[in-house]
Amino acid sequence: MTIPAPEHEVALEEQIDQWRGYLRRRQAIQPVDVAELEDHLREQVAMLVDAGLTTDEAFLVAVKRMGDLDALSREFAREHSERLWKQLVVSPSDTGASQAAARTDAVVAFCLAAAAAVAVKVPALFGMDMDEDAGFYARNLSFFVLPLLTGYFVWKRHVNSSTVRWLALAFAAAAVFANVYPFDPDSSTEALTALHLPIALWLVVGIAYAGGRWSRVEGRMDFIRFSGELLIYYVLIALGGGVLTAFMVAMFESIGIDPEPFIESWLLPCGAAGAVVVAAWLVEAKQSVIENMAPVLTRLFTPLFAAVLVTFLGALLWTGTGVDFDRDLLITFNLLLVVVLGLLLYSLSARNPRSPRTAFDAMQVVLVVTALLADAVALWTIGGRITEFGFSPNRVAALGANVILLVNLAWSAVLYIRFLRGRGSVTALDRWQTDYLPVYAVWAAIVVVVFPPLFGYA
Amino acid sequence: MAASSTPVVLAILSEEDSYGYAILQRVRELSEGRMEWTDGMLYPVLHRLERLGHVEARWEVAESGRRRKYYAITPQGRAQLAEEREQWQAVDATLRIMWRALVLPVSAVRRAPVPMAQGA
Repeated sequence: MTIPAPEHEVALEEQIDQWRGYLRRRQAIQPVDVAELEDHLREQVAMLVDAGLTTDEAFLVAVKRMGDLDALSREFAREHSERLWKQLVVSPSDTGASQAAARTDAVVAFCLAAAAAVAVKVPALFGMDMDEDAGFYARNLSFFVLPLLTGYFVWKRHVNSSTVRWLALAFAAAAVFANVYPFDPDSSTEALTALHLPIALWLVVGIAYAGGRWSRVEGRMDFIRFSGELLIYYVLIALGGGVLTAFMVAMFESIGIDPEPFIESWLLPCGAAGAVVVAAWLVEAKQSVIENMAPVLTRLFTPLFAAVLVTFLGALLWTGTGVDFDRDLLITFNLLLVVVLGLLLYSLSARNPRSPRTAFDAMQVVLVVTALLADAVALWTIGGRITEFGFSPNRVAALGANVILLVNLAWSAVLYIRFLRGRGSVTALDRWQTDYLPVYAVWAAIVVVVFPPLFGYA
Repeated sequence: MAASSTPVVLAILSEEDSYGYAILQRVRELSEGRMEWTDGMLYPVLHRLERLGHVEARWEVAESGRRRKYYAITPQGRAQLAEEREQWQAVDATLRIMWRALVLPVSAVRRAPVPMAQGA
């Protein structure tokens, strides 16, 4: 073995430092991967030096063999989509072109937000009043915002024209079903339509958001991440809006002007509509600035919810009393399952599929299994008395949603337990969750389309 | 990276646990230099196999004193390897028959290369 002179060693270290610096600038290649590649490079260099090359030559050959850095970082980005999410929109470099693109993006987003705000007031031109025609507004809530949000992503992702036609068709069909049925005044089927239509149409937004990647697990998982972050940003904006409103009321009342009519009929509805598009833009633009919030909240609340559920089941067994049945029981348990599903989804979405099993994974399984048990108790109670209460549209809708959530969580529990026992991977769980997304939309569409005629528009 | 990378890497790891550089050396050795991969591209392949649960990784300190990432095949990876083996044997058997039928046209194709349609 040739022993290189010390100055060669120093030069090699400098060169490797420089090369490491180049790699670190790639967002898709993380420090742990850089360490792995560096070990490779050093071994290659050592072998070549053994074979008689100088360190300089050896370094050049080793770097060349490693391959083109752009191609390499693309390959890493493709494999590590959870890292890609952070650089999906924000350009990796701060070139003039990318800044201009960011500006255009902001302008388009704010124009669409303004359009959503205006759209809310358009029906008023045709004599629709927000109080008197509350039913009309409730049923059509989705149409003030979601088409514009979809438009934003169609523009941004360059969605192809045949997909755009299908998306437009979905909105048109939804608008027809929301408005042709002769609902009874204050009927529960109308309320169900108002509640389920946004859920069905959220899938349409998702297809535009994924922009051609919908068929891939990563594309749908990105949409799940987006939805969670959007909700958080929306709540933050709403809180800010609340503070603004409170100041407005206090200040204008002090000079004898009552701002409440303006707030009620303009600021609140227009702001609420526009804020959805603004929140979407914020998620897109800021996702690399703020680390994802939803997974952080998940970490915090998974143990707490698991503790509550375990205690609940324990108390149920200890006292031996049944669950007290009332009308809202099923709704409560539906919401519980939604929360548990959310906790599961957002811990999955941020989970590095390669990291080994941890105590947190066991906690997730405890959470899901206890939620399933609690829900089974509730279903048991209801099942015994459903004939007594009769099949009202609300009850059937709640029961259907409960079954859909139950099936999802039950199979998730099976997959998760398999993973904990070392017989499966988290990827199977990701696939199951993302494949399940259309089920919610289809169920929501059934409630919107089939329920009103089925229950006589009552 | 070619579709063949999965069975090749899994087969090498089924011999013994290994790390990136050694895996590439083994590929060169076994293929007698006929398979040349760009070194860096091996790593995304290894990470994909890790994500799918076919291999497990661990960091160890090598005799050189550097930290090194070792990969080991899992039972699931062995099952995958067996499956891939069957598939590739089927492909190989089919291609052998096709090559025999194509003995003459091959030289004709060489003289006048026909652009092939891009497959996925």
